[in-house]
Amino acid sequence: MVPLSAYVAVSAVLFATGLIGVLIRRNFIIVLMAVEIMLNAANINLVAFSYYLESMAGQIVALFVIAIAAGEAAVGLAIIIVVFRGRLSTNVDELNLLKW
Amino acid sequence: MVPFFFVYFSLVSIVAGVLTIAFRNPVHCGLALLTLLLHVAGLFVLLNAEFLFAVQIIVYAGAILVLYLFVLMLLNLKTEERYLHARYAVILFAAAGICGELLLLVLRSPFGGLKGDAPAEAVLKDGASYAIGIKMFSDYLLPFEIVGVFLLGAIIGAIVLAKTPTTVDIEQSDR
Repeated sequence: MVPLSAYVAVSAVLFATGLIGVLIRRNFIIVLMAVEIMLNAANINLVAFSYYLESMAGQIVALFVIAIAAGEAAVGLAIIIVVFRGRLSTNVDELNLLKW
Repeated sequence: MVPFFFVYFSLVSIVAGVLTIAFRNPVHCGLALLTLLLHVAGLFVLLNAEFLFAVQIIVYAGAILVLYLFVLMLLNLKTEERYLHARYAVILFAAAGICGELLLLVLRSPFGGLKGDAPAEAVLKDGASYAIGIKMFSDYLLPFEIVGVFLLGAIIGAIVLAKTPTTVDIEQSDR
């Protein structure tokens, strides 16, 4: 029997990995992939608690998270295409048009 | 058998996650992300969530990842010389510390709690998709509809953003 804390530990490590990816990568597309890693870590957490606490709510919220990840990927990649068309770069350090 | 598969799925998904943010070539990053998604789907099977397992493979690996790879091919990015942030060592050090403390706290917690109304036997009697369907279309109907509206908004937003801009003729529009 695998304890619940093992699942939560895996999820915490994956979340930290995604967070590091968002902070240190300079390519916009890889930053979005790191966000997907973080969403997956949250999903593992939700499903594990749903199983161990015997409730269906966690799996339903995990489904909503997957739907939101799909929307985020579509809009984020559309923004990347628009930015790339204008500046020919997907480096997040060079995207400072909105900086005050 | 379950602990063995748990160790396999979790170790491979963590390694794939690290490789996703460590590879230099964006296409390799996408393939590492695919490995991560498939092994997270395996973790879902261990947790009796067969419906989420199918959704994870169909939606994440089948749709979202193909969208990423499609945009990568479309943009034809050149691999940059410096692909990491200038001060990435500081961030790595801080993140490792925070993650270590988080793990310490997580592994010491008992995680007891109030049990819900769906024990494993009741779920396995009719299958996980039956249980999810009954719950989603009764108690969670309003969030379900809101997600539908959200997806419609995301579709329209993505189309409007990615459309080729038409050049506006100022003299034409004045008259």
